[in-house]
Amino acid sequence: MHTDMTVQSIAKETATIDLRRRFHLGETLIRSFLFFCGAFSIFTTVGIVYELGKEALLFFRNPEVNLLGFFTGTKWQPHTGMFGILPLVNATLITTTIAMLIAFPLGLAVAIYMSEYARPKARRVLKPVLEILAGIPTVVYGYFALTFMTPLLRSIFGKDVVDIYNMASGGLVMGILILPLITSMSEDALAAVPHALREAAYGLGATKLETAVKVVLPAAISGLAAAFIVGISRAIGETMIVAIAVGAGPNFTFNPFKGAETMTGHIVRISGGDLSYDSIDYDSLFAIGLLLFFITFGLNLVSQRIVRRFREVYE
Amino acid sequence: MRSEAPGTGLTPYFSGNLPGRHRAARIWRGVFQLATILGMVVLALLLYTVINKSFGLVAIDNKINPETLAVNGVPIEALDKDSLVSIVQNNVSQGKFRQLEREKPMAERSRDEVYGMVIEDVVQPKDIIGTWTLVDSITRGAEITAQVQREHPNAVIKFTSWIDPQFVSSPQSSDPLKAGVRTAILGSLLTIAITILVAFPIGLGAAIYLEEYARENTLNRLIQTNITNLAGVPSIIYGMLGLAIFVRALEPLTSGAIFGVTDATTANGRTILSAGLTLALLVLPVLIINGQEAIRAVPNSLRQASYGLGATQWQTIWHHVLPSAIPGILTGTILAISRAIGETAPLVVIGASTYITFDPNGPFAKFTTLPIQIYQWTSRPQGEFRNIAAAAILVLLVLLLTLNATAIFMRSRYSSK
Repeated sequence: MHTDMTVQSIAKETATIDLRRRFHLGETLIRSFLFFCGAFSIFTTVGIVYELGKEALLFFRNPEVNLLGFFTGTKWQPHTGMFGILPLVNATLITTTIAMLIAFPLGLAVAIYMSEYARPKARRVLKPVLEILAGIPTVVYGYFALTFMTPLLRSIFGKDVVDIYNMASGGLVMGILILPLITSMSEDALAAVPHALREAAYGLGATKLETAVKVVLPAAISGLAAAFIVGISRAIGETMIVAIAVGAGPNFTFNPFKGAETMTGHIVRISGGDLSYDSIDYDSLFAIGLLLFFITFGLNLVSQRIVRRFREVYE
Repeated sequence: MRSEAPGTGLTPYFSGNLPGRHRAARIWRGVFQLATILGMVVLALLLYTVINKSFGLVAIDNKINPETLAVNGVPIEALDKDSLVSIVQNNVSQGKFRQLEREKPMAERSRDEVYGMVIEDVVQPKDIIGTWTLVDSITRGAEITAQVQREHPNAVIKFTSWIDPQFVSSPQSSDPLKAGVRTAILGSLLTIAITILVAFPIGLGAAIYLEEYARENTLNRLIQTNITNLAGVPSIIYGMLGLAIFVRALEPLTSGAIFGVTDATTANGRTILSAGLTLALLVLPVLIINGQEAIRAVPNSLRQASYGLGATQWQTIWHHVLPSAIPGILTGTILAISRAIGETAPLVVIGASTYITFDPNGPFAKFTTLPIQIYQWTSRPQGEFRNIAAAAILVLLVLLLTLNATAIFMRSRYSSK
């Protein structure tokens, strides 16, 4: 600003200049706008809890519904006034379990391979493949489940054992969907283990496997646990695969080759049809949604706790 | 821990065990490698399934054999106008007939015009007898052709590519041979445009606030934790939020009523605007987290140099921090956007229409998007809809691949600098 000033004039001016922090209107406005942007996420969360809570409250106030029946009933038949969420929760748990049985061991194995074994060149190929897998829309996985996995299962186990819509096919493909997520989180956790630990193990004569399994894995255990929990949360919230391949009717069964409907699948099917506002069907969706939100939000909080503890170990 | 016992065969223990340990190491190495290869195989299988369904033989038969339309032994070529009109009336749906009447009343049409109508609307609509996958078509082509000709002597069998320029450029139709994804692509693009317009400024602003302004206090920690958590909330929950807020509570805004848009076809807030805003909420956490990472990567010396020259905080951010963070921010944005393009569940919940044959004409139009189209076609029981679903998946994957390639290219180009 004062480009053509001589040294003396600057010196003279500094004697009289006010060195206190000046008030910039523009800076303050920008700062407030940016704060608003940051706080916007709070509004989103409040909005979710408020809107879901409001409609869910209407649902539970309905004389046809009682809270105990909601959590313990084994039939979800809105037209006969039976609102037991167990069939939906049960299907969600079964598909999630199948998905995690696939995704966690495989994801962990891939992560160990990438972080402990693979040469940089191999990693340069593998990383993009995993990123592509992670970037494929879930509706495509749903298509894959219905047109590839289901016929495969039916040809292996027989057509009378495996239904066209079944939980096993959806769960298996969901495992593939979650695999890249678990791999990248586990790999981060393994990579964060200091190299000195590995070198010490090698120095004692341990093989590569022993180093990886007995030294690196235990050191990264909290990061791996976080990956496991985030994987579960993702599987519970996954929608399109189950909507396409798992079935279209709440069904309380433990047989993975039968069709059933998960919480997310039910929400999509009902809201995809003609749904009138303020009906009990509409409100019931929000009760399911609220439960879903609390489960996934809770799981995410737990995983963050674990990661924070993990960070304290090495910093 | 047997080695603790002094002098008791320490060497035999190790030499005895060493081959076993090495074998275990080799086996497990193989297992880890196998798991990795499995990941690649699955990706290949997925692409194989989609491509296999996108091309292949189709057997088509005329819905009506022209010979059966003959009246009292007179073939349709020789029939008079009145008989032809009654043929049309008997063989097309009432709605279609009314539509034809509206275009030009039957009484005003010449005999040849009506004859053309019979051929076009009665004889030519096709029935698909069967479709076969690419691999089947190549390996058992002759066998399939022979079988079809035995069962349907009049059927035409031909090799079809379900994905072709006509598929991309034509609107939706209930006839899988004519259906296309034009309306869906336009719907996707318009929705994403709104998402970017809303989410990018807010996301960038939040990232700047959290990285440059926020002090370490309870409120800011809460904001940060909250953003991380929101990134993990299932997309369907955002759909329900969008349904409750944008579709219902803000209906006058999202249906365009307060702007004087009173198009009967855009009823009740289930519009492109609602969809775009819902997706904006969905991608915001991801955008913020990506933006924060990019801003954090800017070296502090840059900021200190700027402050040292007397710049204000905003001047420092605007002139120094943002320019060097922008490649990272844009890369993250493209990745987040490509995630939003593939989102299906929230849009199904807020009620994207599934059958639209006209182009969406603005933010207050009803709409469908590519993933929704895929979902709809996949859920149909008829096999031929699976074929066009596969073709639509190819279109979607090409779109996403282009976006991702751009992001990866940008990342490698700027990270090498």
